[in-house]
Amino acid sequence: MIISVASGKGGTGKTLVATSLALSLKDTEKVKLLDCDVEEPNDHVFLNPVIDGSKPVHIMSPVVDEEKCTFCGKCAEVCAYKAIAVIKDHVMTFPQLCHGCGACSYLCPEKAITEEGREMGVVEWGQADGIDFVQGMLTVGEAMAPPVIRKVKEYVSDGGLTILDAPPGTSCPVVETIKETDFCLLVTEPTPFGLNDLVLAVETVRELGIPCGVVLNRAGVGDNKTEEYCKKENIPILLTIPLDTEIARQYSRGVPLVTGMPQWKGIFIELYEKVKELTDGRNPGTER
Amino acid sequence: MEEILVLSGKGGTGKTSIVGSLAALAEKKVLADCDVDAADLHLLLSPSVKQETEFWSGQVARIDRDKCTECFLCEDLCRFDAIEDFTVDPVSCEGCGFCSHICPVDAINMEENMAGHWFISDTRFGTLVHARLGIAQENSGKLVAQVRQQARKIAEEQGMDYTISDGPPGIGCPVISSLSGVNLALLVTEPTLSGIHDLERVVEVCRHFGVPTVVCINKYDINEENTRKIEDYCNSRDIRVASKIPFDNAVTEALVRGVPVVEYDKGRVSQEMGKLWHNISGMLKNGGKR
Repeated sequence: MIISVASGKGGTGKTLVATSLALSLKDTEKVKLLDCDVEEPNDHVFLNPVIDGSKPVHIMSPVVDEEKCTFCGKCAEVCAYKAIAVIKDHVMTFPQLCHGCGACSYLCPEKAITEEGREMGVVEWGQADGIDFVQGMLTVGEAMAPPVIRKVKEYVSDGGLTILDAPPGTSCPVVETIKETDFCLLVTEPTPFGLNDLVLAVETVRELGIPCGVVLNRAGVGDNKTEEYCKKENIPILLTIPLDTEIARQYSRGVPLVTGMPQWKGIFIELYEKVKELTDGRNPGTER
Repeated sequence: MEEILVLSGKGGTGKTSIVGSLAALAEKKVLADCDVDAADLHLLLSPSVKQETEFWSGQVARIDRDKCTECFLCEDLCRFDAIEDFTVDPVSCEGCGFCSHICPVDAINMEENMAGHWFISDTRFGTLVHARLGIAQENSGKLVAQVRQQARKIAEEQGMDYTISDGPPGIGCPVISSLSGVNLALLVTEPTLSGIHDLERVVEVCRHFGVPTVVCINKYDINEENTRKIEDYCNSRDIRVASKIPFDNAVTEALVRGVPVVEYDKGRVSQEMGKLWHNISGMLKNGGKR
């Protein structure tokens, strides 16, 4: 089972849900937690994992051998990202714009272009209190999160439970994280901002054909329009977490909810049972 | 003209609530919402849209099955695993066009992609430029660039003193795109361990691109020990803490009513917002220095 935790709006409690779900199930399931918010990964703040290893994430970008190059301009013509330009008898590359598609090197008639890996992030793995933990981290100044997310997702398990903590928003890093997951938990708060972004997140998961359910965090803070929306759209609210200063205090100190308030463990186990029912007990590990 | 961008690294620290209040407090400005995939600023500013423009960006490959000889070359060469069973998955396709160049029978066409919309709107606080990225679309960075450019252009045309932009969370492509041309980045953080961690990353991004920063600690009183940690960190990096905003449910109450908190009440949060604007406008007059 692969569960992604997303939200649309940031700061609604994705990390809280992902870490507490992982900690609640680690005694009964083989649990893996993948932090796919590679721009601002936070699960490690709550889990203090022991990191066993890491490897750099490279994106392939072109290196031009100007001895072989005839400056024909084919590479610049085929590059959709304007990451390579030919100016008279010189070829300029703009690695930050390169998506690493490989078109320029393959199509160069002189075979003057090779590709070189450029480090743009890192993937780390280790153990956190009985949970297999993996996180990606985008290098500061790099723009493209999806290649790092793809590397993190190589650690998705065939068996057991894999939980993916997604970045906020609804654009490519979110799509990269949640696609090919069996279920998406959408964490929101009952405010106009939370609802506006939940609607966008629901449209995204529906576009990808992923079943979803809502976790309503800080319940009681705003209005009841989120509940009305979920009812109208037939989206189940699987868990409600009230606005509670003790929960906020634990969170601010980096203490996972189920560690600081163990009475929540059973509630998260129940949440997982509900997700299993909604995914109809199918075992996706065998489908891939 | 000075350009201010509000960032946070971590989502949900209060960027949009603060921009809403700055919109009410600052004079002679154009507003921009650069969080194009989860835009919220319009919920506080009640814009009336004056101009809506389609945003066409990038391309998506399409395979003509009548011409396709099922040679698998495109499938083998696509680095984004976007082709399966001679069909392109538009979500995975990054529009590089490699497949269309190598197809031996010219069965693959690149089609223009409508990636969203951007808007110029009137609000009671002045012009707002905002956007909506299409569902599961890429190129948010390019749409952000469009929003920022338009805001700048309008501000120059109208002889305004400021652009104030609500930024996206994170540190990646839309953030980098928003930072272009910015004179001062206001970093909104909260006194949580994750807030501090994310603040440090976004400070590094601003330094990387040479943009001066100033910090606002929102809900500073939910953990005063962490607030001190943030102040110490800012001190060590020579970053000014321009404001410490207390936790107050008035912010959410104002949001539910669809107005900035400074229009809703005159309490502690509103007073602190006034101080924040006073301090950052003062810094800008002083060339971004504290």
